[in-house]
Amino acid sequence: MNARVGTPAGAAAPAGRVVVVGHGPAGHRLVQRLLALGHRGPVTVLTRGARAAHPSDAVDLRAGVRAVRIDRVRRLVHASDGSAHRYDTLVLATGARPAAGAPAAAPPAGPVAVVGGGEEAVRTALALRAAHRDVTLVHREPQLLGGHLDPAAAELLGRAVAGAGIRLRPGRTALQHAGGRLALDDGESLPATAVLRREPPVPETALARAAGLAVGRGIAVDARLLTSDPRIHALGACTGPGRDGWAQADALARLLTGTAPGPVPERPLLRLSAAGVDLLAVGTPGDGDLEVLLRDPARGRYARLGLRDGRIASAVVLGLPRAIAAVTQLYDRDLPVPADRLALLLGTPAALPGGAEPGPDTVLCHCAGVTRGAVAEAWHAGACDVPALAAATRATTGCGGCGPDLRALCASLARASAAGPARPRELADQPA
Amino acid sequence: MSGSDGGGGPEVATHCPYCALQCGTVLAGGPGAVAVRPSDFPVNRGGLCRKGWTAPALLDVRDRLREPLVRDADGRLRPVDWATALDTVAERLRRIRAEHGPDAVGVFGGGGLTNEKAYQLGKFARVALGTSQIDYNGRFCMSSAAAAGIAAFGVDRGLPFPVADLGRAEVVLLAGANPAETMPPLMRHLEQARLVVVDPRRTRTAERAAVHLQPAPGTDLALALGLLHLAVVEGRTDSGYLAERTTGLEDAWQLAAGWTPERVERLTGVPVAEQREAVRLLAEAERAYVLTGRGAEQHSKGADTVAAFINLALALGLPGREGSGYGCLTGQGNGQGGREHGQKADQLPGYRSITDPAARAHVAGVWGVAPESLPGPGRSAYELLDALGGDVRALLVFGSNPAVSAPRAAHVTERLAALDLLVVADFVPSETARLADVVLPVTQWAEEEGTLTNLEGRVLRRRRLLGPPPGVRSDLEVLHGLAVRLGQDAERWPTEPERVFAELRRASRGGAADYSGIDYRRLDAGEALHWPCPEPGHPGTPRLFLDRFAHPDGRARFAAVDHRDAAELPGERYPLFGTTGRVLAHYQSGAQTRRIAELAAAVPEPYVEVHPDTAARAGLADGDLAEVGSERGTVTARVRLSGSLRTDTVFLPFHFPGAGRANLVTNPALDPRSRMPEFKVCAVRLSPATESR
Repeated sequence: MNARVGTPAGAAAPAGRVVVVGHGPAGHRLVQRLLALGHRGPVTVLTRGARAAHPSDAVDLRAGVRAVRIDRVRRLVHASDGSAHRYDTLVLATGARPAAGAPAAAPPAGPVAVVGGGEEAVRTALALRAAHRDVTLVHREPQLLGGHLDPAAAELLGRAVAGAGIRLRPGRTALQHAGGRLALDDGESLPATAVLRREPPVPETALARAAGLAVGRGIAVDARLLTSDPRIHALGACTGPGRDGWAQADALARLLTGTAPGPVPERPLLRLSAAGVDLLAVGTPGDGDLEVLLRDPARGRYARLGLRDGRIASAVVLGLPRAIAAVTQLYDRDLPVPADRLALLLGTPAALPGGAEPGPDTVLCHCAGVTRGAVAEAWHAGACDVPALAAATRATTGCGGCGPDLRALCASLARASAAGPARPRELADQPA
Repeated sequence: MSGSDGGGGPEVATHCPYCALQCGTVLAGGPGAVAVRPSDFPVNRGGLCRKGWTAPALLDVRDRLREPLVRDADGRLRPVDWATALDTVAERLRRIRAEHGPDAVGVFGGGGLTNEKAYQLGKFARVALGTSQIDYNGRFCMSSAAAAGIAAFGVDRGLPFPVADLGRAEVVLLAGANPAETMPPLMRHLEQARLVVVDPRRTRTAERAAVHLQPAPGTDLALALGLLHLAVVEGRTDSGYLAERTTGLEDAWQLAAGWTPERVERLTGVPVAEQREAVRLLAEAERAYVLTGRGAEQHSKGADTVAAFINLALALGLPGREGSGYGCLTGQGNGQGGREHGQKADQLPGYRSITDPAARAHVAGVWGVAPESLPGPGRSAYELLDALGGDVRALLVFGSNPAVSAPRAAHVTERLAALDLLVVADFVPSETARLADVVLPVTQWAEEEGTLTNLEGRVLRRRRLLGPPPGVRSDLEVLHGLAVRLGQDAERWPTEPERVFAELRRASRGGAADYSGIDYRRLDAGEALHWPCPEPGHPGTPRLFLDRFAHPDGRARFAAVDHRDAAELPGERYPLFGTTGRVLAHYQSGAQTRRIAELAAAVPEPYVEVHPDTAARAGLADGDLAEVGSERGTVTARVRLSGSLRTDTVFLPFHFPGAGRANLVTNPALDPRSRMPEFKVCAVRLSPATESR
């Protein structure tokens, strides 16, 4: 509600004439959300790609048109077709090379070699394998996802990837691809009708750099996705590796339409989920962090959490799908980690203080509110089978789900009764 | 028809007074000694939950209203005779109308009223009062599913198939529904099916699930989009069905395309593997159903959330196929019929739109008035309550307890108190009745005749075992008495339910919910009649959509919907999600069930379900008294620890009065289409209670 007066492009400021450069996932999502949130000004999108479907005629989508220069003084974007586009708000969504996260066009039939050991390479290999392709992953480093994983996790990931049916060639360099075969530096010749090289994407910053905007690993932006020019925002892969362009687009659309204050702080994460391989890696371990470790190599399960002030500073989780989802939410929202860490990692309910053994006060039938004690009492009063117990206590008359429990209790009462006279009333009489 | 004492007396086949399942029961006995037993009716097949078993006690509650009450000059409710009470109401209504116009009088109905009462109440508002200001508590119940169902299929009937069809299902997805607590005998039909349960809490229903998807509160729309995404990219859609029976998948896909399983996991907390498993189960089943409940619907995006689950069902080719489908589990006893006969702000009987000229002409003809004399659409339930004391000066409440059941309850209570005239017809002194200027004691289930329409669109007979206690009148008699005093022709306001039903049939003829072929004689003969039933010999329609959907082109429509956040999210001051719901032992505002000793003993006081860590952080232990506060108010409730609850969420049942009202904290942010308030998500904080009780 507190509109920030005086800041350019503040929450309440109208975005006016918006020009978006780039129509990858981030640019597309931004335009979609601007329209959904009621942005009224004109929106122009310049994209060098072919025309993509867009759910509105309200957008001037210039397909096959490249932005070549930004005139920050006149607030104009000059394009490859000679056109110039005036903006009140310019958004750079120029992406990265090769396109981050872009689905690979399906390679021709036959065995495929994927070259690279980073996130993109592993993701591509898993996606192909999930589509039942024959895949070999060739990477120079001895382990996958170097820098993201500790050696123990990396080894388990290698096993999981191999277990998914992907051939691994660690520590190898691909030399030459010819005649349906790929030659490696150790002399091996792999069958491969296609070779996909998946290097880490490089943020596309040339346009921004030429316009004199600050550029670091990508186009430099602040928490409100503003570049060093207060009229120009940037988002997505062009702002650096690991950025969540989708979340940025949602936040920027809210900002530009004045529907909510600035973006939430971003928390990059590495997530792989395909072909039975489930991996999460977030944050960087720090000195003094409290470490929580679970290793279950036999079943390919691994978790290493680094906790700072009871919150997740870093995590590597493999093969524990529920823990991955839970840790992601705790990390994203910087929430305290539950005290029962094992329950968190195994995805089970937290243990309660005390615990509960079934006793006479334990409810057997919730629909009718019948305790085990009440059943035992009715049994001793002569209701010795399920229909008679149902008539006497109403147990099983609601959803019917407690039928098996009632039969079991009935049988155990009968056994106890047969065993001797001292035991039968035990259930009914003993306090919890 | 009234029964005699005990054993040998006549028996009456009727239905439970509570939820939309309307379990068949047999009543026997007489005043003070009524016995109930479940019948072999198809929805309950001999089952009954403890609410149904104890329902006879409702006939004899100690503080049953037995005489009209009028607030005197000292501000006390004093007994008066009926003539005085009705004269008082009519006189004051006339004065308010003369001073402020007809829209200064509002009417608030209920989803528990019989079809005859709901119909007559709508007619009373539009004809005798001439007000547009009528709505009902079903707005808080069914409105999101109704809006989405009409958009998708062209007509809204909770289940467009008989409940018993569920018994042969292989897989059933329950989104935000907890029937193991809210309508236990329904679970008898789900014994064979593998369940996929979507619920932030590990409910009794979730405990029975093959897959329990546990999303953060307010994120189920994203989850539904993600399930559609998976169904499409994994090639599990039914292309023949999509081509022949649906339109609009392209536009819906534009929005669902971005909801990859990883993104959905990040937002909702539901593991990718479980999303895949849910879609696999549903897609591989020969017979599968998608059902929604209030958990998916009571949001400021409830209509879109239901639409997203319908999209999933359509993509898999389920609706309109025998043995598969989409449905909504209606909540209140006559939640279905209550929304068809004109007590909703924008509707006329037969599920007709009040803005449709042909509908207005037809209904005006039945009512013997000029079409142009009928008012237009009025405010939705919360908007009406919010306007009390402003341009709405008087309110008549039938079969509802908004002082407990409306969102932002403290504000609503203030608005009720700001009225010039509040009239409440009820059979117990509910929290709303206690605020009234005039209280009118009316009959309840086993004392009256009528019909209700259960969750499967089947019209049922409610039958009388006992005569009403002395001093008690039926709602139809009340409406008759007021209409006559307001200058209406007595003949047009019958008090016999069967005569009202005969008029309702004519009013519904040609509408979506066409009852014109149904009469008491057919129902009493045991015919199973589901609407539409357009002619006397018509067998009714147990299964809708088998040949075509109800849109002019016969096709179902995908809805292009996207996720959006809840209106209020946890932040620094209010760091937790608060969510609300029901417990097995109680019904709705609890005005009835809290008065029954066995049910009150089962769950005697308000409680708040809390994860042990969250409780510890707030300095609370199991059994401590806590305060749950939001922007709008503070609830006092007893802590109950739950190890399966999310650490960021607390749960409050909504059946309790006073400082224990869950709705003191809830957010009245409304769905733009259905006008449903956001009962299921708000931002709260938890702390030890400052004063002990």
